[in-house]
Amino acid sequence: MEKASLTEAALAAKNVKAGETSSDDYSLPTLPSDDIRQIMWRYSDRYDFQMMVQSARSVARGLVANLVAQGQRNTHEWTEEKNTLLKAFDESGITSMYMNMEHGGFIPGPKNVVLALVAFELAWVDGGAATCCLATNLGLSPIAACGTQEQKDHYMSLAAAKPAGDTRPHWRAAFNLTEPLPYVGVETGMLNGKIRIVEWEKGKEPIIQVEKRGRFITNMDFAKFVTAAVDSADEKIKGSCMVIIQEDDPGVFDRGAVTKKMVHQLSSTRDPIFSMRVPASRIIGGYKVVDGVIIPNWSHSDILENVFRRTRVPVGIMTSAKLLSAVEPIIRYQRTRFRGAESINPGSPRYELGIQLKEDSQHRLIDVWSFGEAGASLGFWTERVLDDFDAVEEAKNEYFKSQGIDTARAQMRAMAAVEKEASELVNLEVMGQKDSPRYSELKENILVNFVAYDALLNVLCPAVKLWNTSTGATMLREAVSLMGGYGITEDCPGFLMQKWIDAQLEATYEGPESVQRRHLAATMTNEVFLATVKTWVKEMRVIANQRPGTGACALGTAMQLWLETINYVKTAKDADGSKMYSGTRQGVSFPLADALCWLLAARALILDTIELEEKGGANPNIASGLEGYTRFYTDMCHVLAARATGESARLCADIVYGYRRHPAWDSTTPACCYSIGDLDALDSLIPGIGSTASACTDVSEDGKHPIKAGPCANCEGIEKITVLRAKLDRCTTGSRLAKDRAAVALTKVMIPEALDYPK
Amino acid sequence: MSNAYSIIVCAGLAPDPLQRLEPMDTPTGPALKNEMMLPAVLDPWAACALYEADNLAKKLPGSKVYLVSMALKTKLQQVMMVLSQKVPFELVAIDGPSNGFTDARECASELAQAIEAIPGLDKDKMLLFGGWESATRAAGATMQILGEKLGVVDQFQGVDKIEIEPSGAIKLWERVEGGKQQVSLCESAPVMVGWATGELPEPPNNPQVGMANMRTVMPALQKAKSAAASSSALKFKGVTLPAQVRETRIEKDMPVEAIAQELVTWIRGN
Repeated sequence: MEKASLTEAALAAKNVKAGETSSDDYSLPTLPSDDIRQIMWRYSDRYDFQMMVQSARSVARGLVANLVAQGQRNTHEWTEEKNTLLKAFDESGITSMYMNMEHGGFIPGPKNVVLALVAFELAWVDGGAATCCLATNLGLSPIAACGTQEQKDHYMSLAAAKPAGDTRPHWRAAFNLTEPLPYVGVETGMLNGKIRIVEWEKGKEPIIQVEKRGRFITNMDFAKFVTAAVDSADEKIKGSCMVIIQEDDPGVFDRGAVTKKMVHQLSSTRDPIFSMRVPASRIIGGYKVVDGVIIPNWSHSDILENVFRRTRVPVGIMTSAKLLSAVEPIIRYQRTRFRGAESINPGSPRYELGIQLKEDSQHRLIDVWSFGEAGASLGFWTERVLDDFDAVEEAKNEYFKSQGIDTARAQMRAMAAVEKEASELVNLEVMGQKDSPRYSELKENILVNFVAYDALLNVLCPAVKLWNTSTGATMLREAVSLMGGYGITEDCPGFLMQKWIDAQLEATYEGPESVQRRHLAATMTNEVFLATVKTWVKEMRVIANQRPGTGACALGTAMQLWLETINYVKTAKDADGSKMYSGTRQGVSFPLADALCWLLAARALILDTIELEEKGGANPNIASGLEGYTRFYTDMCHVLAARATGESARLCADIVYGYRRHPAWDSTTPACCYSIGDLDALDSLIPGIGSTASACTDVSEDGKHPIKAGPCANCEGIEKITVLRAKLDRCTTGSRLAKDRAAVALTKVMIPEALDYPK
Repeated sequence: MSNAYSIIVCAGLAPDPLQRLEPMDTPTGPALKNEMMLPAVLDPWAACALYEADNLAKKLPGSKVYLVSMALKTKLQQVMMVLSQKVPFELVAIDGPSNGFTDARECASELAQAIEAIPGLDKDKMLLFGGWESATRAAGATMQILGEKLGVVDQFQGVDKIEIEPSGAIKLWERVEGGKQQVSLCESAPVMVGWATGELPEPPNNPQVGMANMRTVMPALQKAKSAAASSSALKFKGVTLPAQVRETRIEKDMPVEAIAQELVTWIRGN
């Protein structure tokens, strides 16, 4: 009953005769289902998260897809049609999901993972719709993270979706940091938005004047209040802060001109102007008065650090969602490419598989898919850590409060004092020694636990934003190209062209790539983090021993290489005697940040694949196909590990070798190579050296040298790195075979009849 | 006279309509290729019955909706993530097959036992709802057999509309030939109603309803009774897909008039 044609055609594509099967063959039954995602991203036991996924999917593949299909992206204006998105967000629970229960929310506990899941679902169809959803939360985030209890209670409750029949206006928030050209991307230390005191009657709340111009401010068409970053323009206010501005405050609340952005048109963006008077109680997090000076409890940069740590991660996940969303339409396009042609008969390989008969199309799709999977794995790993971190951070704040450690410097000192213990904690955790008494002891130490989390998140959060969006944008271009000319038309299913161009914004907002690299450059050399990477090397070796097909071996070696490179650059000087690793030497630190991100993504995918293999059997929905899924994912891990380690190693080598001066045929030459005369003299002691040395090094003869740029560069001081690099190449053995297997699986996977959203 | 009813909706699962269905033989009978891995939905006809049940319950204070469903409970749990957000109900789950190749008589027996076991159920105030058809394999017999097993002799199939009169009499609109409806008046419950498409759209998701439902859905799934092993003499000689060429296009929220116009154009064009 079951048609055999697809299998036969797939085998034909690999030049394997029907009937012959290889032990490498496996079957990928269907595209990954919700059950698989729930296991890999660890929310099988959270039905509230699963419900939110379904809710968001319903909005995305219904209303959002229709808006895009109707051409609503073709206008910068916030139209009535686009405005229906907000109602859909409210009704489906998306608006209230961010709130705590006491403020009208319905999901208990931390919200990082669930927020990312919703962003994933919306971005699957349109990145702008996801941004529209996230922007409201971004506007609320300063209040949620640092606001006073009164501010939280007031604004979070106003922003929760109203129950049916409640006609009170719904308050949506906007977040205003960026300012107009030429300061589009402001530094956290440079603000043109200002506040000054205009009234301060004795015993009463001071009134402050806020002057702020915004640029690229999302949600400005409908925001009722804005959280704005401002600096003091008054000697009676110390430093910067964030303030809450309401639409109905006295003064000018000008929503400004529409930003003519060419991407994410399903989010509202304008360049507002505010000139308003507000009570000082609107300073987020409150303030104290010392010697007649208002001192905000939170500077704007403190708040931003707190906010962006969390909000930039879903953005990276959005780009990965778009990559994964491209898989199904590309497979369908490839398979049906030749159908309808006169000479292509049903049942023939060309009819059944179309372009999938060609190896290159399969391989490139595996690349797109594996990048999407790795980005999602990296993103959701980070979100899970953030969910755990919420309580850890709160405990740390309470601890400092109880101990009276209230200055930033004192807090830093306290944290630095426990770095060694934090490294030990990380080691015990990764090496599976959670049952040991020492682990419990360290875990229960609030500061040690916090420092371990903090070191990890300081790397993971910018890494997700950087790697997912930068490599994602490139791979989305690849996805578009896999659809041929169809890819650049409005008829292309899956809105791939829009998704590609949107990725450029995702790589830019909430801190462009350079900001993420700068962040990483500052945090990836933290000793606790470096200790963490060392434990990952061991972890990868253990995995490689048990599951050699994952590419964990190569990844372990690449991590070692990266660590060695970091060790080297931290103390090395370049050919001109300048320090290699410093805050301003971005030519060194930025590529090493990139090199690290590749490794993090590859590790995340391997761990998720192992989770699927270990837990999948308990789910009857996927148990029968589990072997196919795990083998396919294992092969994707191997493919990605080979690519990631190759990229990482190339970047490391570029830094290590690139800052050493190449020897030249000049006065220093004799020190770099042998003369034939010397070798002949040695021949009596080492027979054959005169005739064989030239195969290994440069040999000058009668003052003449081989025709090339200079003598071969030596590797003095970097021998370990050289050996590791060579070893790494060998570690990638088998990765292309893995890609071949995964490619064959692509030709057999069952896909639905049609995409489940319109085009 | 109280017009509060126990509205029992019987509903199976069906593969998501967008999926390719490839029948295949297995040692235990026919099945669909990769069926366990395909996403499932509540059988669309039964889903209409559920939405109508909710609508009726809202009009009749004190009424309660039960959803009785036989399917593999992991599959059922998956469907509940969507369905539980639509309307309030109490789930009665039976862990058993739901693949369209189940014997209608055996399925009806399992459903009947589960319904009989509902605590405090007053059968005289029972409205037994289900689908007139099924998206899996329309034997069209399950609801009828179930009704008979429960002693519900007033049965109506292809129902589009129901009204409860103040006296407790039940007015039903059934589909008959020629695009017409037959209107019947039944003196009182219990009745069995096999729903056609009804008149209600799919309700929007409501997460608050979902969270409330899930408090009872998860325990119901955990204590779902396993269906007895099949003793059916039912044998399938062969299973094939319909011969028609299937060309699927996805249109969401397309107005009824536009659908009708497109069909007319297509028919005239042929």
